[in-house]
Amino acid sequence: MAELTLSHVAKHFGDAAALKSVSTTVRDGEFLALLGPSGCGKSTLLRLLAGFEQPTEGRIHIGQREVANAASRLNVPPEDRNIGFVFQSYALWPHMNVRRNVGYPLEIRKLSKADRDARIDAALSATELTPYGDRMPSDLSGGQRQRVALARCLVSDPTAVLLDEPLANLDVALRASMQEVFSDFHRRTSATMVYVTHDQAEAMAMADRIAVMNQGVIVQLDTPEALYTRPRSRFVAEFIGEGAVVPLTGATHGDAGAEATLLGMRLRVETDTEHPALACLRPENLRITETGDIRARVERVTYLGGRYRLDLTAASGDALVTQSATRLQPGDQIGLALSAPWAFAAA
Amino acid sequence: MSLVATNSSSSRSEGRLLSLILAVAVLITLAPVARLFFEGITAGGNLNLGFFTEVLAKPATLSALRHSLITAGFGTVISVLIGGTFAFLVALTDLRRKGALVFCLMIPMMIPPQITALSWTQIMGPSSVFLKTLGLAPPLGAPQPLYSAGGIILLMGIQHTSIIFLTLRAGLRAIPQEVVEAARISGASGLRIWGQIVLPLTLPSLLAGIAITFVTALGNFGIPAMLGIPAGYATLPTLIYQRLAGMGTTVLAEVAVLAILIGVVAICGILLQRFFQQRQRVHLVGSTGRPLSIPLGHARLPVEIALWTVIAAILVLPMAGLLATSLVPAYGVPLRFDTISLDGWHEALFRQPVTRRAFLNSFVLSVSAAALLMALCLPLAWLMDRHKTPLGRVFDSLLDLPYALPGVVLAIAMILLLINLPFTELTLYGTIWIIFLAYLARFFAVMFRPVQSSLRQLDPAMDEAAQSVGASLSRRLKDIILPLSAPSAAAGAILVFLTAFNELTVSALLWSSGTETLGVVIFNLDDSGETVMASAVAMTIVFVVMFLMAVIQATSRRLPKGVVPWQS
Repeated sequence: MAELTLSHVAKHFGDAAALKSVSTTVRDGEFLALLGPSGCGKSTLLRLLAGFEQPTEGRIHIGQREVANAASRLNVPPEDRNIGFVFQSYALWPHMNVRRNVGYPLEIRKLSKADRDARIDAALSATELTPYGDRMPSDLSGGQRQRVALARCLVSDPTAVLLDEPLANLDVALRASMQEVFSDFHRRTSATMVYVTHDQAEAMAMADRIAVMNQGVIVQLDTPEALYTRPRSRFVAEFIGEGAVVPLTGATHGDAGAEATLLGMRLRVETDTEHPALACLRPENLRITETGDIRARVERVTYLGGRYRLDLTAASGDALVTQSATRLQPGDQIGLALSAPWAFAAA
Repeated sequence: MSLVATNSSSSRSEGRLLSLILAVAVLITLAPVARLFFEGITAGGNLNLGFFTEVLAKPATLSALRHSLITAGFGTVISVLIGGTFAFLVALTDLRRKGALVFCLMIPMMIPPQITALSWTQIMGPSSVFLKTLGLAPPLGAPQPLYSAGGIILLMGIQHTSIIFLTLRAGLRAIPQEVVEAARISGASGLRIWGQIVLPLTLPSLLAGIAITFVTALGNFGIPAMLGIPAGYATLPTLIYQRLAGMGTTVLAEVAVLAILIGVVAICGILLQRFFQQRQRVHLVGSTGRPLSIPLGHARLPVEIALWTVIAAILVLPMAGLLATSLVPAYGVPLRFDTISLDGWHEALFRQPVTRRAFLNSFVLSVSAAALLMALCLPLAWLMDRHKTPLGRVFDSLLDLPYALPGVVLAIAMILLLINLPFTELTLYGTIWIIFLAYLARFFAVMFRPVQSSLRQLDPAMDEAAQSVGASLSRRLKDIILPLSAPSAAAGAILVFLTAFNELTVSALLWSSGTETLGVVIFNLDDSGETVMASAVAMTIVFVVMFLMAVIQATSRRLPKGVVPWQS
């Protein structure tokens, strides 16, 4: 196991920059999720770590070993990096049965038959695939195929496991159970794992830290809780979780904390910057109460099962989002009380 | 330092291997064509612009050119009529047993032209065994109606029907079903849908099919050789053959001019075809999952009967005639229970040294061509797909040329290239090697394209997964790429074998005593009046062709799309 270090890594495809000077470290044994909209560069970053692509600029280390360096044109090919890779399409070899698929990395490493069998059995039982060893990939369900792919990458003790949207092809129910498989796998092996996804629920559920990416850069790398409660940019505030971003003015810092004017009122805000310019209002920041100082009009009501999501327009003209336990009608006027929202610098 | 070494071992070794195979492939396929066109533009040797115009101005050249254009042009019209009708009906309506219909329509394409010509002459004319058996033969001395421009046109039209059918059906399959359904919802029906919706959408593929059919007909040698030479009706390919056969290599410069002439017309046709094919891809979006199936209603049975009658006329009847001729003791004797005889078969297959030699030559040539091309094309197609180099792209767009160009053009190019090996006194002309090299050049595309299309459909993650677990280039080729593309490679190899085994056009100009191929033997046997033996050999080939086609058909379900030519 090892940490993965990227130093000023950029990747251009022709004139288009898929990745712009990314520097970051994936800690040893960490489960890191790369999260972002499609085309943000998260898969490119993963493929650079694997060695399928070569960086246009910058350097990549796996542990102490330099595996890619654009300046010296060093690029250790994937087959010499000892990493595991789980593909969205599973990439099982259709002409080999489950055991041969799982055992192929050991064949390459020229292990003896007995060693091979022992490790294949261990990998199959860890992924609950023991009864399926002699099946062909075409005879397996989607979830079983992904478990074979995981077993194949587990069997050779890789220094890091890279996963490229491994659950994107599975249905919702299977996804939940496969998330548990991945989490258990990570807990048991404490492998360094980098997991690419565009599904924030998936990232939140499994990752130690999440790197939110947009347009070729990592905009924020934090724990899931920090990303939700303390976003540092409008993009992250809007991309992660529900809520509204509203402008604020006249921030002051006093003994009791910071205050600022937003939604036409003077309010206490949570912040760690000198000059916050935006506030993130999560549904839990807004409480519906008749005596609320902020008046808002209901625009749209969406039933979420057990509760309703309300799209609101405040008297100040800002769009807000909250939730309520009872159904309201579009056009209703309601009052809102605000608990101190998170404020951050405009970016 | 060791890291730099490992680096170069993968990506650079792939690059080196690619350059190496690409160089061999370019040498095999493009060098002859380049050599021929070099001959055309240089003023060196016997050839200069004056000589060029002199050859072109000869009355024989002009009349052969006119004959070529007439037969190819009207032949294409017949192909369009038959192939177009079949394609529209099969692709759009609810006919039954479409698979069998298509398979039968494809057989004429796979049967070599000289056998088509031979079989048709067996059901017409005064000495037809078939007609005599039925008591319908015209009196002796009556002309063989097929020995004429009309006969050549008819048979070329039938021979190339499947080309039109295949290109048109591919275009029809690309039409989203919603487009037709929307027209029906809007109230259009029957011929209106066909004329206003389907036909305009398939026009580019129809035109592309017409262009390539014309080029193929232009290069056809077997039919005008069997039917035109007895009638004194020469097309460009037969003119080249007659000049070269009569005068030897002294007229090489002259026939090179003729070859360039056909080559230029053919290249115009190929460019036209590419132009239309590219236009076809642009505007069609939507699901093409389910095939169209417009109910024919009461007309279905009559239509089916009509289509099967056509199949009977263009496939069953000539084959019956060929079989009848091969079973009589001497040409002209009617076939009855008391005259039936296997002497022709016995003589042709077991006694005649020339036919046995030809079987062996053709077998060895086509098997080794298929094997060598497979070994070359598999790694090449894979590496070209992974490493997009400028040379690779150029090669990709030109590699069809030796197959698309008429066979006589390639044969002349091979002679020019190999008659004097550089720096030596050696020549390959007259040896079996020149035929072998010509086959490699001609059938390269037949092998390469199926392999390429199956590798393109392969998920790149298959290879990357093996790479990420540490498999080297050679391991990945052996364990992953080879097994996964093997079915397509096998299909491609069978196709190469099929076409090479029957081939006449290239070897007609390159053979010499001892290096006869089967195509040449049939042609020569018929030419020297041994029609019974020619029919027996031809019949054997037809059985081999149908057997191999059935093998491909039986395995086609396991093959990726685009591998079996008659199912593309």
